[in-house]
Amino acid sequence: MPGVVKKGAPVTLRPGRIIVSDSKRRGRAPSLDSVAGNGLINRRALLGQGMALAGAMGAAGTVTGAAAEPVKDDPWSLEFGGNTPALQVPSRFEKDVTRPLSNPKGEFRNSHARTPHHLLNGTITPNSLHFSINHCGIPDIDPAKHKLVIHGMVRQPLEFTLETLSRYPLVTRMAFVECAGNSAPMFSNAPLQAPAGMLHGLVSNSEWTGVPLSVLLDEAGIDRSAKWLVAEGADAQLLDRSIPVKKAYDDAMVAIYQNGERLMPGNGYPMRLLVPGYQGNMNVKFLRRIKAVDQPAYSYFETKNYSQVLPGGKTWRFHFLMEVKSFITSPSLGHSLKEPGFYTISGVAYSGAGRIAKVMVSADGGKSWGEAALQGAVHDKAFTRFVMPWRWDGQPAVLQSRAWDEAGNVQPLRAEFVAARGETKAPVATPLAFPNQHYNSITSWGIDSKGEIKHVYA
Amino acid sequence: MSTRKPAALVFALALGAGAALAQSPAPQTPKLGKAITEQDIQAWDIAVLPNGTGLPAGQGTPQEGAKVYAEKCVACHGDAGKGGVAPFYPALIGGAPLTNGIETQKTIANYYAYPTTVFDYTRRAMPYNAPRSLTDTEVYALTAYILSLNKLIGENDVMDAKSLPQVKMPNRDNFILPYPDRI
Repeated sequence: MPGVVKKGAPVTLRPGRIIVSDSKRRGRAPSLDSVAGNGLINRRALLGQGMALAGAMGAAGTVTGAAAEPVKDDPWSLEFGGNTPALQVPSRFEKDVTRPLSNPKGEFRNSHARTPHHLLNGTITPNSLHFSINHCGIPDIDPAKHKLVIHGMVRQPLEFTLETLSRYPLVTRMAFVECAGNSAPMFSNAPLQAPAGMLHGLVSNSEWTGVPLSVLLDEAGIDRSAKWLVAEGADAQLLDRSIPVKKAYDDAMVAIYQNGERLMPGNGYPMRLLVPGYQGNMNVKFLRRIKAVDQPAYSYFETKNYSQVLPGGKTWRFHFLMEVKSFITSPSLGHSLKEPGFYTISGVAYSGAGRIAKVMVSADGGKSWGEAALQGAVHDKAFTRFVMPWRWDGQPAVLQSRAWDEAGNVQPLRAEFVAARGETKAPVATPLAFPNQHYNSITSWGIDSKGEIKHVYA
Repeated sequence: MSTRKPAALVFALALGAGAALAQSPAPQTPKLGKAITEQDIQAWDIAVLPNGTGLPAGQGTPQEGAKVYAEKCVACHGDAGKGGVAPFYPALIGGAPLTNGIETQKTIANYYAYPTTVFDYTRRAMPYNAPRSLTDTEVYALTAYILSLNKLIGENDVMDAKSLPQVKMPNRDNFILPYPDRI
């Protein structure tokens, strides 16, 4: 069968380096029919013409519903419409598309708001739905008074304001930001029933605009023996993280716009550090100070929360990299399939190590795989949406996706991941729990013969 | 360092100074940063490094720390650091062996690599409702008290800029770097 990738790949302890050969896929002419088991259709069926898709669908692609009613004007077509607001919000019919909250009453503790991926499409996360984690509330910062200082091992300590940074030649790029604890409930030894937006809601993707950090460090004249930057926010805890100077001179920026508008308060207004592909917590929000130093600070968050216990008791520190990952957003838990027939499997893939090279999809729990189409432009360290045409025959199915990045890293299968990183001894009871960090294995959605969807391990 | 060339080059071109770059190693930037002295940054310059860099003057003992704790910390962290009334205020003592499983709670005694982290975080973020209201002496005393509760120092040990970095944390040598080439 074309497009099949066999299980049983070698495992290494270092994540994201598991290679599975897909040489069997190469050199075959694309088929417009089944590309893998349980109804997956060759992605080329999506590339053009209804003809191709019709051919792929065969009999199942024909009209199956009852005959349509004659059309008529609805009330909204017969009267003057609503007012045009200064700041527009989604339709009242979309009121349920919101961020689930871990601390809705604003109690005196940390707060999480998750991106509802199972209700969204495309690659840009709307600013109002970008995930946000705040360890001590959101500071109410006056941009006219906010300062950023760069000092320590530099020739001349400097102070910047939002106004001065806005005068620099700005750069714009796509980038996902992912909390190191995103998908943490997947460490559970039994699958937790929660939608994609709860399991994976601590990752979002935006177009960020700002000043390359390297320019500001050059201007301050950073000492060549400085290897680390302690970046610190203006929140009540002065949250700080140690960032390698190497990353600063690779692709870090001080971001001042998010999807074309100023940063949202919960995403770091008026300025944040952006270190594409690295742990969300390192993208320090409300950035007010960068100190060049010769050793890492071992701050609270890099010492405790954002390092990992491994099976056997060893621990990882300065993990930084958010490894290659994908998950299906539709269909997924919270949706149901109304009838057998054509569906589009759709999801997001991303890697902190570069661009997405390929996404494979399975509808039979990983027994066979077909290559998904990548929708739109593929950006470095950013969301890429994948789509896969599928003909559901009404029988049980297990949907999975698996991503490869341009560096050759591949998303590990669950058995491989658990062998390397472990799982909990007891089932995780809530999607708000963080039993461990840096989960990047496969998500499986099990569909029963009624079209109901559950989270399963397969 | 060759990795620093691209940023300088981009801005040299942006400013129409490409030719000047070849003659001068100084990177071309818009130079809108305002000069400030380290002295004027002092109030913000609180990061403490594991080798003790950044530790202020002052000192404290566990007994002195116990008094500050009873006044300013016990409401959330509970008696003798046993954890607070609500689950989200963590215990400051205890900690199962990390071999107990990947979900083992990370604590000061079973996890922290350096004692300076206790001082730094207490000074920067505690008390939760009044950050940076403690004096440096109070932070030294609280650090001594917490380390003593965890049996990492003696009941009469004095913590100061010299002694604190010397405290050896049990888990210090148990860390691995998954990506050494990224540092």
